[in-house]
Amino acid sequence: MTEYEAVIGIETHVELQTRSKMFCGCPVTFGAEPNTACCPVCLGLPGALPVPNEAAIDGILAIGSALDCELVEHSVFHRKNYFYPDLPKNYQISQYDLPLCVNGRIVIDVDGEPVTIGITRVHMEEDTGKSIHVGDGGRIADAGYSLLDFNRSGVPLVEIVTEPDVRSAEQARAYGAELQQIVRALGVSDARLEEGSMRFDANVSVRPRGSAVLGTRSEVKNVNSLRSLERAIAFEIDRQIGVLEAGGRVVQETRHWNEETGATSSMRSKEESEDYRYFQEPDLLPLHVDDAKRAAVRQALPVLPAARRAGYAETGIGGRLAAALVATDGLGELFEEAMASGAGARAAANWVTGEVVAHARRMGVGPADTPLTGQHLAELAAMVEDGELSATAAKDVLAGVLEGEGTPAEVAAGRDLIQISDASVFEDAVDAVLADNADAVGKITAGDTKPIGFLVGEVMKATGGKADPRLVSELIRSKAGG
Amino acid sequence: MNDLADLTIVEAGRRMRSGECSAADLLDAVIRRASFTEAHLHAYLLIDRDGAGAAAEAADAELAAGRDRGPLHGIPLALKDNLTTRGLATTCSSRILEGYVPPYDATAVARLRQAGAVIVGKTNLDEFAMGSSTENSAFGPSRNPWDPDRVPGGSSGGVAAAVAAGSALGGFGTDTGGSVRQPGSLCGVVGMKPTYGRVSRYGLIAFASSLDQIGPLARSVEDAVVLLEAVAGFDVNDSTSIPGDVPDLRAGLGAGVAGMRIGVVRELMGKGIDREVLAATGAMVDRLSDAGADIVEVSIPAVEYALSAYYLIAPAEASANLARFDGVRYGLRVDGDTTEEMMARTRADGFGPEVIRRVLLGTYALSAGYYDAFYGQAQKVRTLLRREFAAAYEKVDALVSPTSPTTAFEVGAKTADPLAMYYSDVCTIPINLSGDPGISVPIGLDDARLPIGFQVMAPALAEPVLFQVAAEVERIAAFAARPSLAASEPLPT
Repeated sequence: MTEYEAVIGIETHVELQTRSKMFCGCPVTFGAEPNTACCPVCLGLPGALPVPNEAAIDGILAIGSALDCELVEHSVFHRKNYFYPDLPKNYQISQYDLPLCVNGRIVIDVDGEPVTIGITRVHMEEDTGKSIHVGDGGRIADAGYSLLDFNRSGVPLVEIVTEPDVRSAEQARAYGAELQQIVRALGVSDARLEEGSMRFDANVSVRPRGSAVLGTRSEVKNVNSLRSLERAIAFEIDRQIGVLEAGGRVVQETRHWNEETGATSSMRSKEESEDYRYFQEPDLLPLHVDDAKRAAVRQALPVLPAARRAGYAETGIGGRLAAALVATDGLGELFEEAMASGAGARAAANWVTGEVVAHARRMGVGPADTPLTGQHLAELAAMVEDGELSATAAKDVLAGVLEGEGTPAEVAAGRDLIQISDASVFEDAVDAVLADNADAVGKITAGDTKPIGFLVGEVMKATGGKADPRLVSELIRSKAGG
Repeated sequence: MNDLADLTIVEAGRRMRSGECSAADLLDAVIRRASFTEAHLHAYLLIDRDGAGAAAEAADAELAAGRDRGPLHGIPLALKDNLTTRGLATTCSSRILEGYVPPYDATAVARLRQAGAVIVGKTNLDEFAMGSSTENSAFGPSRNPWDPDRVPGGSSGGVAAAVAAGSALGGFGTDTGGSVRQPGSLCGVVGMKPTYGRVSRYGLIAFASSLDQIGPLARSVEDAVVLLEAVAGFDVNDSTSIPGDVPDLRAGLGAGVAGMRIGVVRELMGKGIDREVLAATGAMVDRLSDAGADIVEVSIPAVEYALSAYYLIAPAEASANLARFDGVRYGLRVDGDTTEEMMARTRADGFGPEVIRRVLLGTYALSAGYYDAFYGQAQKVRTLLRREFAAAYEKVDALVSPTSPTTAFEVGAKTADPLAMYYSDVCTIPINLSGDPGISVPIGLDDARLPIGFQVMAPALAEPVLFQVAAEVERIAAFAARPSLAASEPLPT
């Protein structure tokens, strides 16, 4: 049986969260009343003209720079012509052969192995309006009627196109996750797949392993999560292999991913595909990016996820823990703040990725949106180190801080969790437990240390859990002569 | 000339300020004139009596209160109906915009209102400015006040006819391939195309975005200056508008042409140009020489290809610009079983034959596999033409030629032959492609008592030079003839 290899390229659209739209002053909003954020320009009224939003250009240059792209000196906008009811001008202002950013790369980590995915281009365009097709199927052909909302029309949209370097569904997911983290780190978009501010299309083909010839590809659309990106590609790879194995031929077409059925289905074949008749947008001047601009963009870049993970690795936090810290907004910052305030890396990382994440999820808030600060974590770590808190009590204190009960010291006092480290305070309790358990004491005296644990537990019970178990254990040993 | 409707803007302004007349009087005069001429000319698609009346009244009240907005204060003007006017139907002479009322003013319109102008109404044009005779209007052709059997030129034929006939003191058209200068020439008025970017295109319903430019039509060169001053200058809403200050457009008025170097474009002085037009043009060149100009013959070989290049570039841009008229959001909608069918029917019914011809031509020129041979090649010609004009302007201050190869032709004479119609713009198109400014000044009448226009062209941004030469042409020509129609108005009873 032939062994197959998948060849995958991914196109990603990212809506930039600038204050205003790409070519007019309308606000970029999500979830507003339909058709309340539009004007003659983004409605394509006769006579209206586009004026580029500089903040959006800065946004795409940041993305291009973060993806290690060349920022092109002379770039132009083109018109992409096609008729669709939610495209008010019936052409989209986009870029064609002179995009702003080219020849970049992104390195992803798949099972500890670095894989480089080339970035062909990153270009700027405007988003379309939204069609809501009312009636069967949710597609225009089946709809009884369609509603149009132009609030999204003209929102700055960045398209990021990879080389066909992706070889598996798993790699595709890793690429998507990494790109999402980069875009979020740049602060140019919230990159939410479920809300459509980040969208993936995947071009998938398969070929016998070792072949240099590319197979016929299909384009998979409508993937709304990283998980469905992975599932849709995995399905498509299997489907294509199945077609070839059955002696069939893969058709070049666009396929629609259906989340419920877990399958792709044909939308339109290449024969019906459109000629977009690109030509340079005469309403806009060419864009110029000079060395000073390039330097300014690079200068303004934040620390990117890969660099942050590398930095964490140097403090001994690597692998999944570091990935987890970087993957979620606010976690890395909290962790770094804790370290800067003197917390140990391991404890801080564990708390942040464990209790903090769990608590935030329970409360339905972002990990950065709890009352907990890095200083709190450092204070907590110091209390454990000084023996003021047991590991168990520390978790309780952390929960209290997350609940907003105050600083660790305040919570520990309030919840009465300070550990007793003065042996004289619980010596009476030890004596009482030893007196009540003569058998156990006898065994210990005879050299059997097993009952020590039991006796420590009894003392802890008697002291309400506040005695330092290490000291209790020592005291029992010395008194029982073990 | 005692009728207020026949005054220049400058003279009307003087009389208004001396108390001899009011803005309301001026408006009355042009509306009275229109009530007589419109039956013959059909220059207007819409006369906004109420809006204009209120604006004239407001202008008078302001002047009385000591607030003077400048030379256009209280002046009744006509606007080509492809300039969007808030609250006032704007049709582009097309059925497809049926019922469309723009929610905003074009920048030029807003600036005119700010300058105190009174907008009389919206004038007829070739549908979407595609044509040279104003016959391609869905609402019927306009006619020439010098001879109503003839066309006024186009596409700004309505406003040119109105200014010539006295149903407005001045106005604005748009010039994509000569659409202000050629009707100006055929109607015996001044028509001017500014440097591309001098006037904001925001609110000008686009025909060909890289060529379109709003320009004034007027009864004198000085009036054209006054009109342009009101609308020129950078606009944040048009990225292609020229940043920085507008130069003093009057700087050269009255300075004459002594010592200037003026080039005669060889390629526009022979083949295809009417004998009488050629003679009048040559005579004016001689008079400029007498006035002290250094006349040289200049060759701009790429001019031979300008028409061909234009008829690829302009339709290509138009095919995209007109795509938005699809029945989905505004204007005409003809229903169909599917969305595609609705769009196709709307466009088939809503656009006239010339518009459809150009949209098809442009779509074809941009299609995969044809782009390089057509659109790409045309852009190369455009680049070449720009270079040749720039090289010519190294040697001369201005260039001259006829404006139109013929005087006004008869209604219907060229409607069956699009190529013959296209040839009407052979002299005006080159500087739309180069982006340079140009002006047509009436210099006389042919044997049929039809006006002949003389075109002056200048380098980009050199409007002051353009007006300097034009004013001298005007002084020499001393063109004072009046169209028969305006002259035959019955006296008010």
